Amino acid sequence: MNRLSKLAVNSEGFIFDPTTGDSYTVNPTGLFIINSLRDGKEIDQIAEELSKEFEDTPEEISKDISEFVSHLYTYNLY
Amino acid sequence: MAKKYEKPVILKVQTGMMNKFGSSPYYTRKVRTEIDGVAINELVEKFGSPLFVFSETALRQKYRAYYNSFSTRYPNVAFGWSYKTNYLPAVCSILHQEGAIAEVVSEMEYDKARSIGIPGDKIIFNGPYKNLSALEKAVKEGAMINIDHFDEIYDLEKVADKLKKKIKVGMRVNMDTGIYPQWSRFGLNLDSGQAMDAVKRMVSKGKLVLNGLHCHIGTFILEPNAYAVEIEKMIKFGYEVEEKFKMKIEYYDIGGGFPSKSKLKGTYQEPDVMIPSVDEYAESISTSLFRNLRGGDLPKLYLETGRAIVDEAGYLITSIIASKRLPDGRKSYIADAGVNLLYTSFWYKYNIEIDRQVDGTNEPAIINGPLCMNIDVIEEGRLLPPMEKGTRLILSPVGAYNVTQWMQFIEFRPNVVLIGTNKEVDIIREAEDLSDITRREKLPERLKLNLNSP
Ligand SMILES: Cc1ncc(COP(=O)(O)O)c(C=O)c1O
Repeated sequence: MNRLSKLAVNSEGFIFDPTTGDSYTVNPTGLFIINSLRDGKEIDQIAEELSKEFEDTPEEISKDISEFVSHLYTYNLY
Repeated sequence: MAKKYEKPVILKVQTGMMNKFGSSPYYTRKVRTEIDGVAINELVEKFGSPLFVFSETALRQKYRAYYNSFSTRYPNVAFGWSYKTNYLPAVCSILHQEGAIAEVVSEMEYDKARSIGIPGDKIIFNGPYKNLSALEKAVKEGAMINIDHFDEIYDLEKVADKLKKKIKVGMRVNMDTGIYPQWSRFGLNLDSGQAMDAVKRMVSKGKLVLNGLHCHIGTFILEPNAYAVEIEKMIKFGYEVEEKFKMKIEYYDIGGGFPSKSKLKGTYQEPDVMIPSVDEYAESISTSLFRNLRGGDLPKLYLETGRAIVDEAGYLITSIIASKRLPDGRKSYIADAGVNLLYTSFWYKYNIEIDRQVDGTNEPAIINGPLCMNIDVIEEGRLLPPMEKGTRLILSPVGAYNVTQWMQFIEFRPNVVLIGTNKEVDIIREAEDLSDITRREKLPERLKLNLNSP
């Protein structure tokens, strides 16, 4: 979490990590999750808000989120 | 209006590499909803998943393309269907209907060919292991036997004694044709004189009469010229034998080995670019024949093309049953078919098509099979869009060597269906169940469990 707050994130989904110099791109749902995490929200809350914000969200949306978070983790971003 | 949901994805930007978001929609576009006009959905609903699907149309077309390419260039040619490549009776029967004889490499395959109605004299019997009783049966039934080694010469001489007759035989030879690896394990070596020694032995005993030469230089041979070299060396040897021993070499069997449009691992180019056409092989082979044969001599040319005829006629439909994120960041999909069904996945990278349009960004993914074994990987790395559980993948070409070398391990083997030329769909091998496995197993009385006893 601490690391997420240090990232530079723009509204297009472009992310820069000043600690390592690495850049990333995320899609709109990914961007939404990252911003929510930076605001300190929990996965359940994010899931709820995601399904309001986007159309056709699947039932297993929390799985998608936790998978995304583990992907952040493998990039050392979380 | 709200935006459409897409699975969340993050991708690292590799410096020096184009990685614009969504720049690689290529695989998302590889959608296949049907095979030969029959819907993937319908096939799976009726016959389950995973499911092997063969196309009768593709099989017949491929055979005819090969046959025509050779028969229009050389007037005396025949194909022997390589049973080990695919010995499902439906597949063999289609090729036999088209005019192929049978090429077998064991007694089991020999009996299989006989059981679907092929007479012995339409069987080419190859391979390093033909036991005495199999040899005797093959001789009695008039099969073309290609000798693999000296011990087989001795065995056939015993059969000749027993049946009190001279036996016509062919002999497998191996040689350097300039390609690597050189298949030198089978047959007798031409370059070292071993093959000539074998002929001398046959002549000295007078029980076997050499009338054919056989060779198979390898599989997935990408160099048409290798066959020209093979033929030149075989014919030179043939004439030498004819002159020395007053024999007539009636056939030259140059084996199989033409590639299918599959992607060998470690190769960079797509198969369409990489793989020579059938006409290039036929041209190289017929040119070499006419250059080396004497005027008026037109011995029979046999081809034992396996992979190139059947591979592209076979598909495997498999379903995604789960997905997860691996610690290294890659996405892993678990499919219901693995290396248990796809033996050739160790060497080839399949074409992967998806049964529906999937939105979202492609990301590096691997596909694992259902086995609880680390080796069960059918795709080690490919850009794939985010796929839901239940999505079906159609893998191809898988028609060669898989439904013979698959293994019953952890899972059952699934249904195999054939789509006929009028879109009729028939099961050509039924899915296994537990009884197939337990039928041959025996539990000694003393080991039977009695869970009621103390
Ligand atoms: C003797 C012989 N003939 C034919 C074949 C068929 O080869 P392919 O499938 O490469 O055409 C093989 C395969 O190994 C073989 O050993």
